[in-house]
Amino acid sequence: MVDNKQYWVWLSSLPGIGAVKSKALLNHFEDPYNIWNAKENELNKLPFLTSKDVGNLINIKIKESAKIHLDNIFKNNIKILTINDELYPYYLKNIYDPPSVLYVKGDIRINDKYIAVVGSRKATSYGLSMAHTISCELSRYGITVVSGMARGIDSYAHKGILSVGGRTIAVLGCGLDIVYPNENKKLMDSIIENGACVSEYLPGIAPLANNFPARNRIISGISLGVIVIEAGERSGSLITANFALDQGREVFALPGNVCSINSTGTNRLIKEGAKMVTGIEDILEEINISFSNENMENFFTGSFANDKLFKDLDKEEIKIASCLKTEPLHIDNISKKTGFSIQLVSSVLIMLELKGIVEQLPGKIYKLKY
Amino acid sequence: MLSKIKSLGLMGIDGCIVLVETDISKGLPSFDMVGLGDTAVKESKERVRAAIKNADLDFPIKRITINLAPADKKKEGSAFDLPIALGILAATEQVNIKDIENYGFLGELSLDGEIKPVKGILPMVISARENGLKSIILPLENADEAAVVNGLNILPAGSIKDVVNHLNGLKKINKYSVDIDNIFRNNISYDVDFSDVKGQETVKRALEVAASGAHNCVMIGSPGCGKTMIARRLPTILPSMTFEEALEVTKIHSIAGTLATNTSLITQRPFRAPHHTISNVSLVGGGRHPKPGEISLAHYGVLFLDELPEFNRSALEVLRQPLEDGVVTISRINATLTYPARTTLICAANPCKCGNYLDHSKECTCTPKQIGQYLSKLSGPLLDRIDLHIEVSSIQYKDLDSKKEEEKSSDVRERVNRTRKIQQERYKGMNIYSNAELSPAMIKKYCKLDVQCKNILENAFERLGLSARAHGRILKVARTIADMEECQDIKTHHLLEAIQYRSLDRKIWSGQ
Ligand SMILES: Nc1ncnc2c1ncn2[C@@H]1O[C@H](COP(=O)(O)OP(=O)(O)OP(=O)(O)O)[C@@H](O)[C@H]1O
Ligand SMILES: [Mg+2]
Ligand SMILES: [Zn+2]
Repeated sequence: MVDNKQYWVWLSSLPGIGAVKSKALLNHFEDPYNIWNAKENELNKLPFLTSKDVGNLINIKIKESAKIHLDNIFKNNIKILTINDELYPYYLKNIYDPPSVLYVKGDIRINDKYIAVVGSRKATSYGLSMAHTISCELSRYGITVVSGMARGIDSYAHKGILSVGGRTIAVLGCGLDIVYPNENKKLMDSIIENGACVSEYLPGIAPLANNFPARNRIISGISLGVIVIEAGERSGSLITANFALDQGREVFALPGNVCSINSTGTNRLIKEGAKMVTGIEDILEEINISFSNENMENFFTGSFANDKLFKDLDKEEIKIASCLKTEPLHIDNISKKTGFSIQLVSSVLIMLELKGIVEQLPGKIYKLKY
Repeated sequence: MLSKIKSLGLMGIDGCIVLVETDISKGLPSFDMVGLGDTAVKESKERVRAAIKNADLDFPIKRITINLAPADKKKEGSAFDLPIALGILAATEQVNIKDIENYGFLGELSLDGEIKPVKGILPMVISARENGLKSIILPLENADEAAVVNGLNILPAGSIKDVVNHLNGLKKINKYSVDIDNIFRNNISYDVDFSDVKGQETVKRALEVAASGAHNCVMIGSPGCGKTMIARRLPTILPSMTFEEALEVTKIHSIAGTLATNTSLITQRPFRAPHHTISNVSLVGGGRHPKPGEISLAHYGVLFLDELPEFNRSALEVLRQPLEDGVVTISRINATLTYPARTTLICAANPCKCGNYLDHSKECTCTPKQIGQYLSKLSGPLLDRIDLHIEVSSIQYKDLDSKKEEEKSSDVRERVNRTRKIQQERYKGMNIYSNAELSPAMIKKYCKLDVQCKNILENAFERLGLSARAHGRILKVARTIADMEECQDIKTHHLLEAIQYRSLDRKIWSGQ
């Protein structure tokens, strides 16, 4: 049997077939293998494809080069995460135009919750130090910081959370075999070590200016919210903020000096209704609210059920472990949140302790252990 | 002339017949008393003399000898005043009654001839009935207490004159009785209730487990988190007292003099909360004039030791044996007294020296090392008698203010009653009544685990760092939790919950 990953790689290599069209194709054919084998007349019937698209889809040369891409991918230690994979970030999966394939160097974890910290490449020392500080703080709450590994704010956001041993994700606008900007070689290694670099682009694809807005939709799409640290009038991070709004994510902005051109973008965001950040509580407040809503609950139980860590757990154990996801809780509150009786919660928690999943703190507070 | 009058004394918590023999003969006037009386008994002479005179009766100017028999038992207190006075009046034929041997007399006399209340009425009256007395004359103020006993006439008298008039048939004293059933039914409610405690579901559950199996427990929590409030409500969820239990409790309090006047019967389970400065004797009983201690006053109820680490180590040491045996044994020169002491122990302790460790709104100024040390002081004698460790956190204001209806004591008590009944059935004829009392051999027999449970327990010891002493206690508590579910076998979830109550055995508290 031919490796099924090859069809996914082929799909992502097709010129002119972006996220939206490939989603439509997958909807229609269910599996890339079926798309690969689709007849021309069958493809012609699909209204969303142009004749040029159909030409590409049946192009033998493109099909043949998929094998080469695949070899290249493995050679570069890149993993392929398809939209059907359990590990594919849930939030990203549900945006309008999710990439059907994500290339990953490093390690994506299903339990991670992401917040994006972004901003200008040209930043003031205030912006840089705030990016660093806010990332550090977020790590204390078990949050994984997402950014774009660009110069300036992005780099400091990654560095901040790495400095306290947290996890971080960089979403790149080029193939993962390319280091861009060049001086971030060490940072990139460190991100891969403590998180992941991800991209929707095949190895070898250069950091073209066009790629970056598309890259930004992934940064916001994967996250619960986007914090814009510093942005000038036409900063790319404002595009990320716009994506975030379209995708229904929280947008936060750090207020800046009204005379500073590096803060005109963020100050305007605040004026237009973004949440002003003057401390970590401002972020947690909003995020916690969205955590307690029903969607989020499904998100957690749903993803936990598929998590390897929770493989041998029964329904009650999963539900209880899940509600500890956001923060450590007192046993009474666990009972309230789950609706389980105290005696059930008591016994399940000890079981989870024995299984090494939760830890008990003084005062009958429980937290997840990973 | 010689007269013999019956009275009653106390041995431990039981009464015994004391015969007051009075001999009056010619000779130099004197008034002697023999038969191991204490000071109060010896001083009786002066009160009797004055009382008889002031009641317009004759005090003989002759040689008077009083013997309190049996002569080898120590007699205490002032209750012999009345029988001694009656002895003199009978010997001088100022009272004339044929069946005087069917009467018992109890009471202290004041100088003007009034009869004053005495301690220990209930056990003495019970003993009077057991010894076949038909009537007992005693102080008015003790009437309610005495009337609990039926099968003999309770004749309350206000003064020595009333007694003489009654015996001579001039003016009969009315028999006194109370409606026990009515008292029992009406007095069973407590003025505090479990539903006063807002939130704290886990703590309440733990207390219900404690009540269901008569387990001792300790609560750890910062000041003001409600430990005292919760402990005070533990008696209200214990099973309702039976008449026999009420009688026994009343006996103890009657002897100790802690019974309020005009109380027939203690129908509520006692709650005793001695301060940590208490002496060992006051805690377990004894002393020169032996009296029951706090642990006996808490018999069939709750003994609450607040601020446990502040108690003297030796005080905790002396509590050990009684907690194990359910009785206090006091050795005297010529007798051994026992006081019953079957109580549920509930202790409270702060989590650290400054007290704020678990309180997230205040700052704890202790170092991790100090925190670890503070509670380790608890380990040792007493902690080995404690089955449940309960951590109490302060509740949040919104819970305190909540309108949510909390469960009433009576509802909890109903479940507790059911669970206790299961235990009583199971342990019939074995001289124990609850899971807390199971001996190691009995644990083996009644707390069997299946393979799955055994694995969990083994795993728990390994992974949670439980200490060996936890083993038996976990099994007993698991037995209780299974009984609460009316489950014959201990299931995994029973065992797991029981493990939850051993936090002090674990490393959680050793500071971080
Ligand atoms: N769960 C609760 N529901 C209702 N009231 C409460 C609760 N917890 C505490 N309180 C209130 O707080 C007061 C203080 O509680 P309490 O004296 O029992 O605390 P404590 O833990 O014994 O403190 P300390 O360590 O100082 O002795 C109670 O009298 C009660 O009014
Ligand atoms: Mg208190
Ligand atoms: Zn402290």
